[in-house]
Amino acid sequence: MSTRDQVIAILADQAFLDPSDVSIDSTLEQLGIDSMGVVESIFVIEEAFNISVPFNANQPGAADFDITSVASIIAGVERLRAEQA
Amino acid sequence: MKRVVITGAGTVNALGMNAPDTMSAMRDGICGIGPLEFRDVERLTIQIGGQVKGFDAHHAFSRHQVSLYDRFTQFALVAAAEAIAQSGLDFTEELSHRSGVILGTAGGGISTSDDNYRTVYEEGKNRVHPFVVPKLMNSAAASHISMEYNLKGPSFTVSTACASSNHAIAQAFEMVRSGMAPVMIAGGSESMLCFGGVKAWEGLRVLSRDACRPFSANRNGMVQGEGAGIFVFEEYERARARGADILCEISGYAMTSDAADIVMPSKEGAARAMAGALTDARINADEVGYINAHGTGTMANDKTECAAVMDVFGEHARRLMISSTKSMHGHLIGGTGAVELLACIMALRDGVIAPTIGYQEPDPDCALDVVPNQARKAKVTVALSNAFAFGGMNAVIVLRTPQA
Repeated sequence: MSTRDQVIAILADQAFLDPSDVSIDSTLEQLGIDSMGVVESIFVIEEAFNISVPFNANQPGAADFDITSVASIIAGVERLRAEQA
Repeated sequence: MKRVVITGAGTVNALGMNAPDTMSAMRDGICGIGPLEFRDVERLTIQIGGQVKGFDAHHAFSRHQVSLYDRFTQFALVAAAEAIAQSGLDFTEELSHRSGVILGTAGGGISTSDDNYRTVYEEGKNRVHPFVVPKLMNSAAASHISMEYNLKGPSFTVSTACASSNHAIAQAFEMVRSGMAPVMIAGGSESMLCFGGVKAWEGLRVLSRDACRPFSANRNGMVQGEGAGIFVFEEYERARARGADILCEISGYAMTSDAADIVMPSKEGAARAMAGALTDARINADEVGYINAHGTGTMANDKTECAAVMDVFGEHARRLMISSTKSMHGHLIGGTGAVELLACIMALRDGVIAPTIGYQEPDPDCALDVVPNQARKAKVTVALSNAFAFGGMNAVIVLRTPQA
């Protein structure tokens, strides 16, 4: 499975959606993922890809990991996989 | 109903090994937060905390006692010794039969659990020390205080996460006010600064890597602390009759539950706790001069707490002072309200308001007088101590200068 498909699958699972219903442009809020869900999603992503995601729930916008949309999360994971490989 | 006063105070925390040193550090705006020192700390992402350093258990206790006391019990016993010595009380005969101890703690003997899990899981040993259970149980500190001081009345431990101490204090206050007990020992203790204790918090992504900056626009989370605060609550007429030094009066409290979310705070639940405490104390909102905030330094708590204060106090919210001493001693979780009560006592008795240190940028969502960075002299007759826990369990205490 590609990184993109894996991230979508993880977020779909958090949102109780079918992966085919997760649009790449969706925000996590649109998917119905709340702040606890964001923290849990990041944990699942870290475990799945064996990476460390810099994320502080107090500064969701400030970290160099952009959680604005599904697409930005995929981009962030791809970058971290390359950096932490 | 009886009136209730505090006739003794004791503490151990990152700011000091006793109450006078702690209040002096609060007055000077000292930061007790620094690099954590314990086994495996290098495996943590978060490596700062309000750790008690230079505390020598072997100086305070015998070898046998050390083997029986988790660190949270050690802190509680040292703080209780200070508080009870200051009160001048001797628990004999009838007094001993009716007096007890109520403490708050969230983690209890968590470092004992941590050490022994390491022994059996990591080191693969199949044998643990025989005192693991009596060390780690959440009620151990309260039990040892009862044994040390012959307190034979009602004693127990309450655990409501970050509001544990305030719930314990509220319960002890109620027992003295109702006439059930003439004297109660109450407060809280926590020692969560071990690998497992910090690692668990790290997972939640709410800890700061650099500093606790409550109410500051650039705040980025809470910082854990450790220690204990213990107080002697005594019926007023009894204290006066024996000529005790009265530190302040406790005049009311309220406890509420948000019934909403396991981590996110609720403005409504916090506001109801503050308003309810004032009603219980029969004090008008505009008499309150100082609030010791819950003020954790997280984005969510600080703005919610300020909004709740605005709701309860209206225009007066802009005139009162509100500070978070967690910026100095860190968040003691189940012990935090007890150590923070010292800031309320300092405000009422000494007329010194502890600052919110580390404050750098105003936040429009926290536009109150947060006493930034420097302590202030002010005459205050009524103070509030706020505690709003994870899981939405809130407890607010009202204190005042003793009335004639």
